[in-house]
Amino acid sequence: MSKHHLNYLEQLEAESIHIFREIAAQFERPALLFSGGKDSITLVHLARKAFAPGKIPFPLVHIDTGHNFQEALDYRDAMAESIHANLIVRKVEDTIKAKNLTEAKGKFPSRNWLQTYTLLDTIEEFKFDACIGGARRDEEKARAKERIFSVRDDFGQWNPKLQRPELWNTYNGRINKGENVRVFPISNWTELDIWNYIKHENITLPSIYFSHERELIVHEGQLVALSDFVLRESTDVIVTKRIRYRTVGDMTCTAAVESDAITLDEVISEITAAKISERGETRIDDRVTEAAMEDRKKNGYF
Amino acid sequence: MDILRFITAGSVDDGKSTLIGRLLYDSKNILIDQLEQLEKQTKNKEAGPIDLALLTDGLRAEREQGITIDVAYRYFSTPKRKFIIADAPGHVQYTRNMITGASNASLIIVLVDARQGVVEQTRRHSIIASLLKIPHVVVAINKMDLVEFSEEVYTKIIADYASVAAQLGLNDITYVPISALQGDNIVDASTKMDWYVGKPLLQLLEDVSIDDDINLIDPRFQVQFVLRPQTDELHDYRGYAGKVISGVYRTGDAVTILPAGFQTSISKLEIAGKEVSEIFAPQSATILLADDIDISRGDSIVNSQNLPITSNEIDVLLCWMDDKPLQSGGKYYIQHNSQLQRAMVKEIEYRIDVNTLEHQPVEGQVKLNEVVKAKLKTSSQLVFDSYEKLRANGTAILIDETSNSTVAAVLFV
Repeated sequence: MSKHHLNYLEQLEAESIHIFREIAAQFERPALLFSGGKDSITLVHLARKAFAPGKIPFPLVHIDTGHNFQEALDYRDAMAESIHANLIVRKVEDTIKAKNLTEAKGKFPSRNWLQTYTLLDTIEEFKFDACIGGARRDEEKARAKERIFSVRDDFGQWNPKLQRPELWNTYNGRINKGENVRVFPISNWTELDIWNYIKHENITLPSIYFSHERELIVHEGQLVALSDFVLRESTDVIVTKRIRYRTVGDMTCTAAVESDAITLDEVISEITAAKISERGETRIDDRVTEAAMEDRKKNGYF
Repeated sequence: MDILRFITAGSVDDGKSTLIGRLLYDSKNILIDQLEQLEKQTKNKEAGPIDLALLTDGLRAEREQGITIDVAYRYFSTPKRKFIIADAPGHVQYTRNMITGASNASLIIVLVDARQGVVEQTRRHSIIASLLKIPHVVVAINKMDLVEFSEEVYTKIIADYASVAAQLGLNDITYVPISALQGDNIVDASTKMDWYVGKPLLQLLEDVSIDDDINLIDPRFQVQFVLRPQTDELHDYRGYAGKVISGVYRTGDAVTILPAGFQTSISKLEIAGKEVSEIFAPQSATILLADDIDISRGDSIVNSQNLPITSNEIDVLLCWMDDKPLQSGGKYYIQHNSQLQRAMVKEIEYRIDVNTLEHQPVEGQVKLNEVVKAKLKTSSQLVFDSYEKLRANGTAILIDETSNSTVAAVLFV
């Protein structure tokens, strides 16, 4: 094998860096949507590499649902400070008050749907023309057809008819006034690629990705952390278990996985052996309807 | 471990969806919850307890609007390789979809129905594979279970295809008889076709050598973004960030900046802010130059001993991808990697029939899915190579000035 050869992680990294540089060059006001999850942490890492030795030339934006894990918030603040990033936080709570929105009811009231309003308001407030997200095409079938540069209309909606053919490594980011683009630099990465890259690059993750003890409600076979955001009932089955999180979203819609894995190697070997997909195992919100993701995406969600 | 990107070409009835489903399923890349969903949805019980074709089913928005999105991407991996499948739906907008899906592919699987043999569709897929010069072709002869796993049928199809391939100048063709539905010769060797001595499909995909697909001879680099941190320590730092399109660059190389023609040399090379002594395709890197020259996005930095073409009158093949027809004399943007200019379609010479490769005169408009030979004039000098010589530097897109849609795939002749 020639010495001029890139392995799969190096190829994926090179492709993502190329996309980041296209974003910075083609748009006036891009923003990186940061959630504190492993995918957006990987995005930040790649963005730093793309613009080193300079700083990331756009802000990190966090749409805070108010239902986050404290560990993820602490990580967010520490990370932003250490890389001197410009961090913008906008709270769903404030949008709910300002717009008099109705919160979801039920046992696990998700703000997943409501955060779209805050996101669109934030785009409007800062006139962002490109929002960078950590979605991957292997996650779900509505994602499998997503472009790397995905055009959204004035309402933030994904319209299949607006999607442009995406050829070679040529990204067409030209848009009309009012439109914006969602860009997904890690589209071609799988969950396992992300974990292997995190290990290879020695990237620090929030502690909840590793085994820890927690009080949980057992709900339809899934383990949901006990928190102020979940409606407690007398019939709840509460257990204390050693768990870790495979994805990090809201406390109301992210389920935990039983695990003793305390190192990255142990986490990776568990995920390699996993028989259930990332979304199936850990996302309560996708279980509602088969087309749940597609619906949210059309309404301006990532 | 590396990455193989491939496209599957076949019409609806060739069993393309079943094949993709089978590859994902048999390589154990489908997980329990996804299977449960499949079981629930499987209505066609003849296909077995689960209909693998459903894995590649469309979105509700597509069904509602009666459209298909050109390409879906599927991922699977084995211990040897990571695979990215470009799954292009095989009907009306086929040429456009297939070109989009094939644009990043280094291998194409051409599916042939064993009962039908080499048909017009097969020819068309192969013509597009040859226009795009996809380096590796695997002809998968499917539905062998419906022809009693007959070696005779298989041999006849190979002979027929070989003559098509010879006309088209396709190289590196491998044949494999399969049954996607029953899993024969997909992951494991079939027990029903002892006469076949080759590898099963997945093993072919794992073993095909793709190292030579990347050009490491002709150094090409386009500036994407100028890095100017302007901090106290990095006050004078000026780095040209971009992707090595092809070839290798070393510190000290004499380089020419095109289209301006300035000569200078490489003072330093970096990857992710760390100094390296050489960079090569397809790395994303940063080049620092010995002289202070005015360079901006879209400019090419090339080895002074090995220059690409610099011209504003360009012969191209255009594959039209928009519902709005091509306007002869029309003005568009042309985007070649990171170089953006205005371009006018000066002359449309002929249409290429994608079923026969015949050249036909163009009367009237050029419509969606048509491929034409044309002459472009660009607003200033474009720096490129012919697609024939250097695939990675021989392509562009045309963009509609008002809708901003990508309306054509461009191959430089």
